[in-house]
Amino acid sequence: MSYKFKGGVHPNYMKSPEIPTTVIAPPAQVIIPMIQHIGAPCKPLVQVGDYVKMYQKIGENPAPVSAPVHASVSGKVVAVEPRPHPLGDMIMSVVIENDFQDTPELMEPLTEEQLKDPDAILERIREAGVVGMGGAMFPTAVKIRGGIGKVDTLIINGAECEPYLNGDHLTMLNFPEQLLRGIELARIASGVEKAYYGIEKNKQDAIDLLNSLNPAQYGVEIVPEDVKYPQGGEKMQVKAITNREVKPGGLPSGVGCNVVSTRTAYAIYQACYEGKSVVERIVTYGGSALKAPVNGLTRVGTPFSHIAEQCGGFVKTPRKIVLGGPMMGICATTFDAPTVKGTAGVLFFTEEEDKHVDNPTCIRCGKCISVCPMNLEPVFMYMYYSKGDFENMQKYHITDCFECGSCSFNCPARMPLTHAFKTAKIMFQVKAAKEKAKAEAEAAAKEAV
Amino acid sequence: MKENKERIVLDVAYQPQVRTNTDTRRIMLDVILALLPAVIVSVIHFGARVLIVMATSVVSAVFFEWAYRKLLKKTNTIGDLTAALTGLLMAMTLPPQSPWWMPIIGTLFAIVVVKQLYGGLGKNFLNPALAGRAFLMASYAAIMGNITIDGVTSATPLSYMYSGEPMPFTMGNLFLGQIPGCIGEISALALLIGGVYLLIRKVITWRIPVAFIGTVAVLTLIFGHAGYSNVDWMLANVLSGGLMLGAIFMATDYATSPVTMPGQLLYGFGCGALTVLIRYFGGYPEGVSYAILIMNLCAWAIDKGFCRPQFGVTKEDIAAQKAAAKAAKEAAK
Repeated sequence: MSYKFKGGVHPNYMKSPEIPTTVIAPPAQVIIPMIQHIGAPCKPLVQVGDYVKMYQKIGENPAPVSAPVHASVSGKVVAVEPRPHPLGDMIMSVVIENDFQDTPELMEPLTEEQLKDPDAILERIREAGVVGMGGAMFPTAVKIRGGIGKVDTLIINGAECEPYLNGDHLTMLNFPEQLLRGIELARIASGVEKAYYGIEKNKQDAIDLLNSLNPAQYGVEIVPEDVKYPQGGEKMQVKAITNREVKPGGLPSGVGCNVVSTRTAYAIYQACYEGKSVVERIVTYGGSALKAPVNGLTRVGTPFSHIAEQCGGFVKTPRKIVLGGPMMGICATTFDAPTVKGTAGVLFFTEEEDKHVDNPTCIRCGKCISVCPMNLEPVFMYMYYSKGDFENMQKYHITDCFECGSCSFNCPARMPLTHAFKTAKIMFQVKAAKEKAKAEAEAAAKEAV
Repeated sequence: MKENKERIVLDVAYQPQVRTNTDTRRIMLDVILALLPAVIVSVIHFGARVLIVMATSVVSAVFFEWAYRKLLKKTNTIGDLTAALTGLLMAMTLPPQSPWWMPIIGTLFAIVVVKQLYGGLGKNFLNPALAGRAFLMASYAAIMGNITIDGVTSATPLSYMYSGEPMPFTMGNLFLGQIPGCIGEISALALLIGGVYLLIRKVITWRIPVAFIGTVAVLTLIFGHAGYSNVDWMLANVLSGGLMLGAIFMATDYATSPVTMPGQLLYGFGCGALTVLIRYFGGYPEGVSYAILIMNLCAWAIDKGFCRPQFGVTKEDIAAQKAAAKAAKEAAK
């Protein structure tokens, strides 16, 4: 039984879990960016000419909030230089010439005792470079460690409410037992008795399969949830399972919850039982530029141009490359950028998906208000945004927006609502940073006097 | 292959990358479709000549919108169908014997003065169709105030009710539209069918129409009128005049009604209360259009009063915040 959240939309889901997982052949060169997480960028551990093995650690940063990166193929390092990053910008990357041997360098699987020791599990989660693979890419070890003592409920996010994406669903169907073991490890590491696995009801086959494996023996309860976007948002998951509401500006751990994604739980399993670091994941490729969607097991660092070839080329010229799902996914700027750990989907969109209009005009229909899961009033937020009225933007809690895109999705006038709020949030950050710098400068000046 | 791709120029945009199929044009088209039952009833009842009134009104509204924006070198917006809808809605509020030039004057005021001078779509603070009607009412009261069918002046149910005489109509006549009245207002049934369609298509929510009609029903049931039983009086009030047309199609106009949910209820209640007030005490038999126009002016203020509770903030949090603020104030003293 799950609790309901207000608002939400029902996009055209375009899911294709019936398409079996195919293996995207590794490219001749993989590009491994040193930033595949939120936190301190990794420093390359290898040099040009070095030979690296698959799963080998090639980048690290000892900072507390960081996650190491690993080689996804074996071969020779041919470049260590800034390369295009899928999220934009040029980021220091290690380029590996694939020798197509996939010679592995695995870590030792954890022993029986270690599998019961939270510290050992967390250490392994960090070593294996596990990050939030739902897309946020926050280092999982940091998240779980930060919640110890505060968190009484561990939530596994299996909503996969974004259209197109099937990776979580296929993981549930193909590796149910491994997944449950992974959740068990996350639960032990978090120091809680029970984990709740929230899955949207449109994945009934997966719910039945997981339930048939007696999830209770792993301390897991499956919670079927309503099919409604953004059910998979962290705050919505917490609300759906515990009926608690995350405080404004707070984290789920503030109300005793931690949310870990399905794919992350599976990565935890692989790290602890198989000694594998995060180097591949199921990525859904879709959009009208492709003939048919593909659920491809893809190495981290595969450039989009290679993926397009592997998916059979384009039937239409793509206009956009969308990373992740279409509701919250952002656009890549180049075909040369590679997939990273958090890439759940790559969608090649054409004019067909484009509903852009040139002069959007708000008709004040209020449809944005009725779908906002955060109880916001986008119509007024947008009005104050376009006036640059910070005071009133704050009054209407613009910073509570987590950019789920429901308002823009539902807007008949095609107003760029989410765009505006994302921009406004950045403006608020810049403003706060400026004020802080100013205050610091003043304090320093006072001291100097 | 690779060189080919280099030439592809990629778009970038913030999320979401997909949008619902319903756009402004589709919504306006839905409202026009929802008006069709009422249009058909009026043609059956008044004859084909009302089609001329409606056509003149629609064409002139679209023309004025096009011409205004052309003259001022603004983008052409007739494709969104809002001007056509305004024209049709205004025609619905005119008497069936209206001369051909009247809708032209009405839409000139509605489109140019009320809508475009205030910034066009979504910026007008009065319902253009109703404002156009009010303008004609003030300018040509003699034509607007009399309903003439086949050259014979006929008293509407509301004029009987206004003078307190018993009506020669049954409630069935009122419901089906076998009564004199303005073009689009006669059949409650046809308008309700349209309303249900709009609800199914999620163009409108139930709040404004239900609050509006409900308030009228409750108030007239309580206060009644001499010469009528209270239930008859209530039914006559709900089914006659422009109440259904106003509550379903006019008061729900997006630009001029509140967007917050409690705000919509209050707005509907205000429309209903003012309608009853005008019908009881006003100088005209009919109060719906002025009630809505007055509430149009309040829509903005109403919305301001209903900020939704912040997600994650409980009543205790608010109480704690208030207590802290109070303590801080006292400490400052």
